[in-house]
Amino acid sequence: MRKTFIIIAALLAGFVAVYAEAPQAIIARAAVAKSEKAQGEILTELMGNADESILPLLDAWRKDKLFLFEAPGKPTMVVLLEGTKDSQGTQSAVDIISGKPAGVRLAADDLNAASHSANLRRIMKAVLDLTDLSSANPAKKLGAIAAIGQGQQSEKLPALEKRLAIETDPQAIKALREALALVRLKSPDPAVKLAALKELESLQSLASTDFVKAIIKDATAVKDEALLAAARSALQAVERHRTVVDFGGTMFRSLSLGSILIIVALGLAITFGLMGVINMAHGEMIAIGAYTTYVVQNIFANGLALSPFGFSVSLPGLHATGWWRESYFLFALPLSFLVAAGAGILLERGVIRFLYRRPLESLLATWGVSLLLQQLLRLTFGANNVQVGSPAYLSGNWIVGDILLGWNRVFVIGFATLIVVGVWLVLTRTSVGLLIRSVTQNRQMAACMGVRTERVNMLTFALGSGLAGLAGAFLSQIGNVGPSLGQSYVVDSFMVVVVGGVGDLVGTVISGLGIGSFDQFTQQYSPTVAGALANVPFVGGALQNLAQDSAVFGKILVLCVIILFLQWRPSGLFAARSRSLD
Amino acid sequence: MASPEKYAPPPPPSDTVAALLAFTVVAVLIMPTLDVFGVIDHFTLNLWGKYLCYALLALSVNLLWGGTGLLSLGQGLFFALGGYMHGMYLMRMIGDQGQYHKPIPDFLVFLGWTELPGFWKPFEHFSFAMLMVFLLPGIIAGVFGWLAFRSRIKGVYFSILTQALTYAGALIFFRNNTLMGGNNGFTDFKTELGFSLLEPATQRGLFIATAVVLIGVVILLRWLEGTKFGLVQRAIRDGENRTLFSGYATPAFKLFLFVLAALIAAIGGALYVPQVGIINPSDMTPEKSLEAIVWVAVGGRGTLLGPILGAVFVNMLKSYATRAIPDLWLILLGGLFLLVVLFLPGGLVSLPEKLRGLWQRFRPAPTSAPAA
Repeated sequence: MRKTFIIIAALLAGFVAVYAEAPQAIIARAAVAKSEKAQGEILTELMGNADESILPLLDAWRKDKLFLFEAPGKPTMVVLLEGTKDSQGTQSAVDIISGKPAGVRLAADDLNAASHSANLRRIMKAVLDLTDLSSANPAKKLGAIAAIGQGQQSEKLPALEKRLAIETDPQAIKALREALALVRLKSPDPAVKLAALKELESLQSLASTDFVKAIIKDATAVKDEALLAAARSALQAVERHRTVVDFGGTMFRSLSLGSILIIVALGLAITFGLMGVINMAHGEMIAIGAYTTYVVQNIFANGLALSPFGFSVSLPGLHATGWWRESYFLFALPLSFLVAAGAGILLERGVIRFLYRRPLESLLATWGVSLLLQQLLRLTFGANNVQVGSPAYLSGNWIVGDILLGWNRVFVIGFATLIVVGVWLVLTRTSVGLLIRSVTQNRQMAACMGVRTERVNMLTFALGSGLAGLAGAFLSQIGNVGPSLGQSYVVDSFMVVVVGGVGDLVGTVISGLGIGSFDQFTQQYSPTVAGALANVPFVGGALQNLAQDSAVFGKILVLCVIILFLQWRPSGLFAARSRSLD
Repeated sequence: MASPEKYAPPPPPSDTVAALLAFTVVAVLIMPTLDVFGVIDHFTLNLWGKYLCYALLALSVNLLWGGTGLLSLGQGLFFALGGYMHGMYLMRMIGDQGQYHKPIPDFLVFLGWTELPGFWKPFEHFSFAMLMVFLLPGIIAGVFGWLAFRSRIKGVYFSILTQALTYAGALIFFRNNTLMGGNNGFTDFKTELGFSLLEPATQRGLFIATAVVLIGVVILLRWLEGTKFGLVQRAIRDGENRTLFSGYATPAFKLFLFVLAALIAAIGGALYVPQVGIINPSDMTPEKSLEAIVWVAVGGRGTLLGPILGAVFVNMLKSYATRAIPDLWLILLGGLFLLVVLFLPGGLVSLPEKLRGLWQRFRPAPTSAPAA
């Protein structure tokens, strides 16, 4: 009884020892093994091992950089030579098992490199391929699988099959099946080919389009009806799937662009609705928000040195690390709102309140302010774009049914929803909101009822500018932050306000989403209609030429549609109704 | 709702005639003569030629803004289009003397073209190019204006839409595939009607031509102001609905004015290109159009002299400031604009009036003059 226990324990210990043998030790054992066959067998043990140390060691072996060091009276040691050569040509020897210097300096010329035959190199390659296939990093793993499939490397078929048998990640399983099918398309056996096509069809593999098309071409040439039918049906399935994915992707991008437009235009719509002032400096309020985010980021990191107008200002840094540092964005959000709102109050008190009776001139004055602010930002932060890093929780992707969803975009959509709901609550559920609405509807009557319209103006302007600042904090996560950041959004946000009208928040939301989707959908589908546009009389050629540049075409088409839309609704979707006429 | 703004009546005709006469003598006779005798150098004359082209653009802005109450943020589009149409002729006149020594413009060679695209072909005729200088901006202004005015788009909405229009134009011209030179535009012109553009005499001729056109436009606008049409125009500015209810088809009046303003801007652009030697899409960006509005605001809108004065003054300031204090130029421009809008709505031309007003306020009690 006791004996049996000891035996089991010993066996178990031995098994654990063998199982846990470090890949470095296995490689060392293989390097010193007597016969080529034995070496091959030992190396095969590494199959499926994902350790990262394997690649450099086997690479060194293949390139004759792995040496056998035989000290008298000791077992042969397997070493790498590292560091610079000295005058005798010796380098520091590193024991590969421990990874530490062996304490001797050796010259490469005096040593035997570990031998390798063609057969052994093949085994090493197979090991390495499998190493990537079982990598712990999912992106690397998927990349390796896709590379084998795209290259149709039939010699790696066994490796793929082996991996598929033990793989648990559903995404990797799908990728493996796809790669296997792609490789099998090259098979000489028609039955295997047909099966592979069936598999691709059921997988709706977007990557297979070109391969299937090649098969169709070959099959047409040799008149292989069965193969042709299978390939065509596979291609059809894939194309159908592609249409769905393209549509879904475009929908997502529309939603995210629409959300950006809503965030950017919301503040503008509120101030325009209340005061009839189009704030041309709205873009700079956005830039102020983005730069606030930049400053907060640097304060959480190593501080920031600025030199506006020759003064040097240095902001101390908190030298935060890890999670704490990443949380800077959560502090930047309220701050960018407050800073921009403060700038808005200054602008309203300093300039706009003198111009309430002259709407066109307030537009011009705010343009002057926009020039001033732009140049001030340029002089303070430099003319170049500044780096605003994305926190880890905003940089990543979800892939849902082949549609790529960036986290920052998802976040923007969620945040736009939150802001719209928040603003709606402020306007409908708070006393400030009540005042704002009353002044928007009828300023004189509100004033007669004792509303201090001047103060409401100021508050509204602060709210509108603060929302622009928030938008800036968001845009810093999506694009570049530079002094002219606001300019690239300002024309679009004007369009949103013009189409949406100023009577209701819903107008801004619908118009933002509408313009965003229209823009994205024309961008996605304008190349496909470019050919048809050539048939338009007189300007067909020019239209076709323009439609090939989908981004520009989208913007121009949006403008045309807006002008036509205004024929139907001159003051936007939701106009503030009034009986007064100037 | 905003109440109608107060405007000073147009200055008495005798002032304008005198100013016009003085300007004619200086611009058409004295400056070119001084140039011939080397008293002012060719560069200065050329610079003033540029200012006069800008003055045409300023007059175009003023016809709409000062005269009709329509703030167009897109007059730069028509200016640049006029320039481009003339530029196409000038590009054809380069012939095979370009960098690549091919019979087509360099940028087309660069894009891989071996022969001229169809729409470029007629531009080797000066008369066709001049026709297009008027036709293209005129048609665009006509179509856009018709759509905008028939749906009664006005005020801030009109401003924003014109801004978007010029923005779209700039986007189109920035593309290389538009085959209009992409973001480099047209440059390296050699000859105009057989005269070398590098010759001072040619430049002098262009200067005189610009001055004459400017004088012609001023006379035309002055005449228009005095007609019944001018009266309706001012009525639209001061109370469009009342004018409409009095039985005037205001959209038609506004459309005519919008197209006329586009044509004036286009001539300015066409004269600008051979003198400055380059046209590119940056002239079409909304900022350029807004700059033209600064000129009008600074000079004094609603007058004929003001816009010209403003265009020359602001651009002289710009020529100086962008060299002396390049970093502060935009601050200066923005600040100047802000000050004028806030404190001097009548612009520079109203300054004498204002000063006289100040003087009269203090004159009754000269002993208690304020310190400093």
